[in-house]
Amino acid sequence: MKAAVLVFPGINRERDMARTLKLVSGTEPAMVWHAETELPKGTDLVVIPGGFSYGDYLRCGAIAARAPVMDAVRAHAAKGGLVLGVCNGFQILCESGLLPGVLMRNAKLKFICRDVHLRVERSDTPFTRGYNAGQVIRVPVAHGEGNYAADEDTIRRLEGEGRVLYRYCSPAGEVGDTHNINGAAASIAGIVNDKGNVLGMMPHPENHVEEIMGCTDGRGLFAGLAAHLERAA
Amino acid sequence: MTKLLRNEPAITPELIAAHGLKPDEYQRILELIGREPTFTELGIFSAMWNEHCSYKSSRIHLRGLPTKAPWVIQGPGENAGVIDIGDGLAVVFKMESHNHPSYIEPYQGATTGVGGILRDVFTMGARPIACLNALSFGAPEHPKTRHLVSGVVAGVGGYGNSFGVPTVGGQMRFHTRYDGNNLVNAMAVGLAETDKIFYAAASGVNMPIVYLGSKTGRDGIHGATMASAEFDDDSDEKRPTVQVGDPFAEKLLLEACLEIMEAGCVIAIQDMGAAGLTCSAVEMGAKGDLGVDLDLDSVPTRETGMSAYEMMLSESQERMLMVLKPEKEQEAEAIFRKWGLDFAVVGYTTPSKRFVVKHGGDVMADLPIKELGDEAPVYDRPHVETPQPAVIHAREIKPPVSTTEALKRLLATPELCSKRWVWEQYDHVIGGNTLQRPGGDAAVVRVQDGPKGLALTVDVTPRYCEADPFEGGKQAVAEAWRNITAVGGKPLAITDNLNFGNPERPEIMGQLVGCLKGISDACIALDFPIVSGNVSLYNETNGRGILPTPSIGGVGLLDDFKKSATLAFKAADEAILLIGDTQGWLGQSVYLRDICGREEGAPPPVDLAAEKRNGDVVRGMIKSGTATAVHDLSDGGLLVALAEMAMASGIGAMLDAAPEQTLPHAWWFGEDQARYIVTVPVEHLLTVMSKLKAVGVPCVEIGKTGGREIVIEGETPVAIETLKAGFESWLPDYMNGKA
Repeated sequence: MKAAVLVFPGINRERDMARTLKLVSGTEPAMVWHAETELPKGTDLVVIPGGFSYGDYLRCGAIAARAPVMDAVRAHAAKGGLVLGVCNGFQILCESGLLPGVLMRNAKLKFICRDVHLRVERSDTPFTRGYNAGQVIRVPVAHGEGNYAADEDTIRRLEGEGRVLYRYCSPAGEVGDTHNINGAAASIAGIVNDKGNVLGMMPHPENHVEEIMGCTDGRGLFAGLAAHLERAA
Repeated sequence: MTKLLRNEPAITPELIAAHGLKPDEYQRILELIGREPTFTELGIFSAMWNEHCSYKSSRIHLRGLPTKAPWVIQGPGENAGVIDIGDGLAVVFKMESHNHPSYIEPYQGATTGVGGILRDVFTMGARPIACLNALSFGAPEHPKTRHLVSGVVAGVGGYGNSFGVPTVGGQMRFHTRYDGNNLVNAMAVGLAETDKIFYAAASGVNMPIVYLGSKTGRDGIHGATMASAEFDDDSDEKRPTVQVGDPFAEKLLLEACLEIMEAGCVIAIQDMGAAGLTCSAVEMGAKGDLGVDLDLDSVPTRETGMSAYEMMLSESQERMLMVLKPEKEQEAEAIFRKWGLDFAVVGYTTPSKRFVVKHGGDVMADLPIKELGDEAPVYDRPHVETPQPAVIHAREIKPPVSTTEALKRLLATPELCSKRWVWEQYDHVIGGNTLQRPGGDAAVVRVQDGPKGLALTVDVTPRYCEADPFEGGKQAVAEAWRNITAVGGKPLAITDNLNFGNPERPEIMGQLVGCLKGISDACIALDFPIVSGNVSLYNETNGRGILPTPSIGGVGLLDDFKKSATLAFKAADEAILLIGDTQGWLGQSVYLRDICGREEGAPPPVDLAAEKRNGDVVRGMIKSGTATAVHDLSDGGLLVALAEMAMASGIGAMLDAAPEQTLPHAWWFGEDQARYIVTVPVEHLLTVMSKLKAVGVPCVEIGKTGGREIVIEGETPVAIETLKAGFESWLPDYMNGKA
């Protein structure tokens, strides 16, 4: 795995992400500054971590989506390269047009930091191959604006094309309003683009990869990516 | 120097009084400089000599505090305290109040409180790794309380979440004595290399003084002076003195500062906090035995037409002052530009030991730099001891409800209910190092990749301090020490945030003196020195002071975070041990106040020798792995602690009846100090009991874990789910207007 972690001013989970990528894949990722116009040679995974790029003073992710490095990310994605955006990263991917929809204020208008359960909807993608379809994983969320919204057609397409990979659910895997922590349409926690090579998700799998954290459910996502890229190489 | 400066107002007694300077203090200024001060100079004096910056009422009482230990690298007097944790690493930490601004404008007041303390920590070269806070609000039924809670909590979260530091613990309380004067105490903890700690003292003559960070605006002018006065009904009019926080700018400032420190550019650094440019420039010069010449024409400003007076007193946030190595100036500037921050040389160090401020070609101030700080007035204010309250015996208190009913009610009180509603608005997992999240005795944060960990806590019991400042002061320190011990940490040092009323009233001064004596005794007995702190006085509205609230922030070390304990029961059929002596002390207990409606009596005395002895034994049991769950006993006493252990795990407990010699309500709800609950697997019970007996630590087996209820012999059992429902619902219901 040759991962590149993007760093925009105000991004703050880049260290968490870099540590996890190193831990799971054994390789240190490259940290790429927002003003760069190219990705490091051989990059096979672009990761946009969480944080508050540009303070999130405009719409979350709107300014970062227009940073020079994002042209390189679009080119990488267009060639089928893998892109993972977590939290602010998901917001940036939506704002940059790489993913449909938008992340709005949480339904209860408060920042939420807690462990949530996610149902993995399918396992035949690079982003979920470390899990079984229907498996429930526990990972933390930490966001104020994670309420996924899109027009009805888009939601229908996402559902019809199997592009919802992660959904908020109960510990037993039931999906419904009580378990939908932020009011997201169709309890959506993570989606992919139409080609399936760009994933955006609100929760933080990178914070649940070590035994000492009491839960390693986030590991599957990164281990799956590493395995996928190893096979491709 | 020029006597009449561009439209500056004349110095009148009214103007002097409006600057918070007393007539005798002004007289002192005249003697010191031998002439009438300019308007700008008057502003500078008011900034340096107010209570907030000069500690003039508390200083003589702070002098005797224990601040030394072999592991202390830097005690009070710098931006933050520094302790050595081995492996070339140091922990940098401090707690500070932002009380007055948070009452006037809760969201911004809280954000800038968090921002200020974070800056204190990274100014010293440390990357912040955790924040904690202690929040005190007025009675829940007070019309403003909900608004204040909502704004303060959102503000604390808003800043820390965006800046990117986990907020891992804290305290929150409600009491009518904080009506109109809530407290926001924020603590930040950072990690640095011991050989890369940065200080404020400038060195070398003709060194460039560089201004970094955000631009200067007209916000927060006289913030520190406001923080040194009481409130009245018109306090809301002071809103313009509250600063506005920008966590994004602070995050950039953090990264830029750490980068130029790493590049070896920095000689001295001081953040602009209270009294802004004035205080930071004076401190850098005075500490380095140097003068400072400032040219305000070079200061980056947000708006045009700012006067020297305004620039010197602005408390705009996210700003730093540095002395850079001249040969590294360009490199430093490039780093700051990369982060999109302002960078301007605004002055030079001089050999004159004078503080000279120039603006538009005029000398606006020319003052002796050392005297500005050192010659600030120091008051030995009259103080009277708080009268000793009567000791209340348990037999004088008739229990109004059954034991289990009292438990159910207590867990759903504002005092003891779950504070989840608060800490779920704080990102407490960022950094990937939070090993024990909020809700336990102390938070545990991993140090880098381990195996070391830090145990962090904030504690104080204001109702104890009010009843008996000396015992209350001791108890605050002892509880911090105990909470660190209960997770397996070795307590190393504390930061104190002393919140009191008007020190010009002898009974308030008596509370301060009494609490400090108690704090001091406890720090000595527990080998737990004070390395940093902050004093916040004049916490009064319309003549009524707050409960004395000396918040204690404690830091402890775990050599191996795997050898740590949590309060959740771990398995069924384990023996539950009560360690420490139980007399059944109900005076000032939550039970007496919230169940019996009596807020009175003497608080539980703190036997510091017993604290140390019992705590050292418990820590040993955690280290050796015999203790499976550990919880310290504090507010609410034994049964509340047991219920918390059950709720955290879903595992219940079967408990023996209270021993014959103790009344049941005193046994279950008394708040005797120096106590812990520890669970051990039954096969270790006999060995553990005999070991404890051998070292003279009181210990009784009080029951076994198991089931899904709390079952007390002779009482109606109560399901954990029932307890949890009340425990978890009070605060969200209240905030939704339902309670």
